[in-house]
Amino acid sequence: MIRRFSADVAIVGGGLVGSSAALALRKAGLSVILMDKGFCGAQASGVNYGGVRRQGRSVAQLPLSQRAHQIWPRLKELIGIDGEYQRSGHLKLARKPEDFARLEQYAETVKPFGLNLELFTGAMAKTRFPWLSGNVAGASFCPDDGQANPRLVSPAFAKAARDAGAIVLEQTAVHAAVRTSDGFALQAGTDCEITCHFLINSAGAWANKIATDFDEPAPLSRIYPSMVVTEPLALRLPVSLGEEGGGFYCRQVQRGNYIMGGGRGYALIDPDFSRPSTAAALAVMKRATTLFPHLAGAHVIRFWSGTEGQLPDNNPVIGRSGTTPGLFHAFGFCGAGFQVAPAVGAILCDLVTSGETATPIAAFSIERFHNMPPQHNKKKGTHNEMVE
Amino acid sequence: MNDTLPPVIVGAGPAGICAAKTLVAAGLRPIVIDEGFRAGGQIYRRPFVDDGRSATDLYGSEAAKATRLHREFDGLLPSIDYMPQALVWNIAGNELHLMADGKHHQIGFQNLILSTGATDRILPFPGWTLPGVYTLGAAQTALKVQGCTIGRNVVFLGSGPLLYLVAWQYVKAGGNVAAVLDTAPFSAKLNLLSAFRFDPRLVLIGMSYAARLVSRGVKIRYNVRPTRVDGSQYVEGLSFKSGTKVHSIACDAIAYGFALRPETQLADLSGCTFRFDDRDRTWLPVTDEAGRTSSQGVYLAGDGSGIAGADAAEISGELAALALIQDSGTTVDPGRMSALVKARRRKAGLRDILEKAFPFPDNWFDQIPGYTKLCRCEEVTVSTVIDTINGGELRELNRLKALSRSGMGRCQGRMCSAAMAEVLSATQHLKLADIGRLRAQAPVKPLPLLLQEGGS
Ligand SMILES: Cc1cc2nc3c(=O)[nH]c(=O)nc-3n(C[C@H](O)[C@H](O)[C@H](O)COP(=O)(O)OP(=O)(O)OC[C@H]3O[C@@H](n4cnc5c(N)ncnc54)[C@H](O)[C@@H]3O)c2cc1C
Ligand SMILES: Cc1cc2nc3c(=O)[nH]c(=O)nc-3n(C[C@H](O)[C@H](O)[C@H](O)COP(=O)(O)OP(=O)(O)OC[C@H]3O[C@@H](n4cnc5c(N)ncnc54)[C@H](O)[C@@H]3O)c2cc1C
Repeated sequence: MIRRFSADVAIVGGGLVGSSAALALRKAGLSVILMDKGFCGAQASGVNYGGVRRQGRSVAQLPLSQRAHQIWPRLKELIGIDGEYQRSGHLKLARKPEDFARLEQYAETVKPFGLNLELFTGAMAKTRFPWLSGNVAGASFCPDDGQANPRLVSPAFAKAARDAGAIVLEQTAVHAAVRTSDGFALQAGTDCEITCHFLINSAGAWANKIATDFDEPAPLSRIYPSMVVTEPLALRLPVSLGEEGGGFYCRQVQRGNYIMGGGRGYALIDPDFSRPSTAAALAVMKRATTLFPHLAGAHVIRFWSGTEGQLPDNNPVIGRSGTTPGLFHAFGFCGAGFQVAPAVGAILCDLVTSGETATPIAAFSIERFHNMPPQHNKKKGTHNEMVE
Repeated sequence: MNDTLPPVIVGAGPAGICAAKTLVAAGLRPIVIDEGFRAGGQIYRRPFVDDGRSATDLYGSEAAKATRLHREFDGLLPSIDYMPQALVWNIAGNELHLMADGKHHQIGFQNLILSTGATDRILPFPGWTLPGVYTLGAAQTALKVQGCTIGRNVVFLGSGPLLYLVAWQYVKAGGNVAAVLDTAPFSAKLNLLSAFRFDPRLVLIGMSYAARLVSRGVKIRYNVRPTRVDGSQYVEGLSFKSGTKVHSIACDAIAYGFALRPETQLADLSGCTFRFDDRDRTWLPVTDEAGRTSSQGVYLAGDGSGIAGADAAEISGELAALALIQDSGTTVDPGRMSALVKARRRKAGLRDILEKAFPFPDNWFDQIPGYTKLCRCEEVTVSTVIDTINGGELRELNRLKALSRSGMGRCQGRMCSAAMAEVLSATQHLKLADIGRLRAQAPVKPLPLLLQEGGS
């Protein structure tokens, strides 16, 4: 028996991007069907580090990031839980003087956006953050950046969308999508046929399939950030911190565990599954003991990794298709999509309902890749960019 | 043989020892890695230092086997590379990652025998996290290794052959056993009669523990259901139901467990295919009768491939080694292999019957109060888990872990995942086989943050 669905909007991929779009669209009164090949919020959106930070983003991303910044404190009202979101502050550390020079320069560049960055030289940083130790050349602090629990936040967006009337089909992969006279026809799962007016491609690291089906492949590759978590320990680290260059980032969750990341894991034979790398994990552990000597007797209890889409210029694709009316893409967040995702959902809603959005997204157009020579398409993202 | 890397054995219990012996006999020099202080594994665990207790004191009816295996292993030492006190915490492709002397080491392998044994299977009940509650295995380890008991007045509770065995070992060592409380009905024990044809010696020994306990005045009760551990800071007693009545018994320690669960995380990390086993209510690596897995060059032996007991562990250890030798291109005695396969089948037949005699309490979920802590590491209660299942209409174990925190702590589900699976399957009326299994992830046990690069 074929199950048939029709909706104003069909969304492929129930990560935080797709789920927040579904919720926003439902609130705008459109009918929505959200599909995920696995479980909503179980991929990158559910297993990431949980950094909710604006600091360190490219200028192009800051308006988007600022929009998200307005949404995060409203989680309780939007999805029923606060998702352990807190504006703990985000501390960016410089290991070397030249790194600190970059932080100073960044603070100058982004002044107009009002991130209120505070700069500290190494010694000052250790006075202001007395739990900090080791070789620190300087630091930049963004007091209103923060952290949240991805495991809870991302599935909760999907649940809120469902509670608001969206049809949510989990374990239902979209296999094929074609343009019809008045929209799209999709095949999904073992037995689903879907028709819709608008189609949103928020399939994360898998999104290139649909982009390619509509003749606009993007040079999307995959990265597998490597993560480590300790046992719960006394609360001591009040901020989320990351090192310039991306080699180390760390936060302590309310339960007391330190979550830390850095370096890359690797894909298994089935590239949908990945493993953290031991070399990366050991490097992260070593750095943690230098920065936080109070962790000397602690144990780590688990390593993990997740699958994230990477684009060569470290910016995502967000916006309308360059080939197909009614199709919108939002993917390839390069290790930093958690914070911006709720705003991306809102922007997708703007685009579907009114054809435009007040948030500048021109830099994220998929058309920037349309005329790329094929060899360029293969180039992977630099491997030391920032995840968190 | 054209292998360039020596074969590696993880685990020096009866399975690993027999595998090592077989490989050495074929002219190979295996690396044997074991987390323990001294080789022997669980049943033949040795004291830290020789403390004057004889093999009979320590191993009772199995003393001769223990002595033989220890002697055999000591005799192998010049022909193997033995790494005691070394924890294998990850397998990445053809590399083992281990911690020894507080340092990180990597060992490449072409052929690997995993003989990692088992740990107690636990089901929570109110108060099970109070100081003074131990697993049966831990109660036995305290006695064997350190020569001490877990308390002055100990209740033994649960189901499984270890229940009677360890209670008897306590009595024999001069400990005071307050009672043996079996969660299975007496009638279940009648199944042992049909085990006779498989292993009369073992059945007689097993039955003799109950008789000897009774003759020493230890009360045995059947069909018991623990309702709570009494005491607020530490164990002061146990309340339990027997029939319709609730009883209380004073004690200062409780040893409990419901048979064993195999340690399969390393097999999982090495990429082995798993299947659900109805009898053991858990997922087991798929192997052929000699212990070959779906992962090239990875062999399984002993309780880590499915609970079958110490004698079966010896058989499967030898079989896995012979399979490894055969696969590397050396002929092995086919008569020996088929005799071992036959012997292994008999042991499996025995196992089926033991499972009936010491059954899993499959009505556990119906009677467990919501406030019971299900995950002790993360302090997640049964009702939180049930609410999470209902709230998210969850049907899959990893998802339940992610959303409830249950299984996310120090033990990574090694202790609580059996109970988690029971709760999920009962709440959603799904078969245990249909709710998935927790994905293994390194490290298989907690590692010190200070772990330093060592060598390879
Ligand atoms: C380990 C790690 C750490 C990170 N740390 C941070 C951080 O601290 N801060 C930060 O801002 N960002 C971080 N990120 C990045 C962030 O997690 C992602 O950018 C963001 O979650 C992307 O959301 P998404 O919805 O696009 O992708 P996903 O969450 O991957 O969702 C895509 C979904 O699409 C589904 N799908 C794919 N193909 C199909 C199909 N054909 N049919 C149906 N469904 C399909 C998938 O199953 C998946 O659920 C991290 C990422 C990782 C992996
Ligand atoms: C606590 C306990 C007590 C038991 N007592 C008895 C008993 O008294 N009588 C009886 O008949 N049966 C007993 N059993 C059952 C008994 O374990 C088995 O029948 C038998 O020991 C199985 O042998 P094996 O070689 O498969 O595993 P084991 O004897 O368990 O040996 C496994 C070895 O592998 C090592 N190991 C495991 N994982 C790793 C790792 N990641 N890295 C390094 N080393 C590792 C362990 O330290 C251990 O030495 C007991 C089981 C347990 C869990």
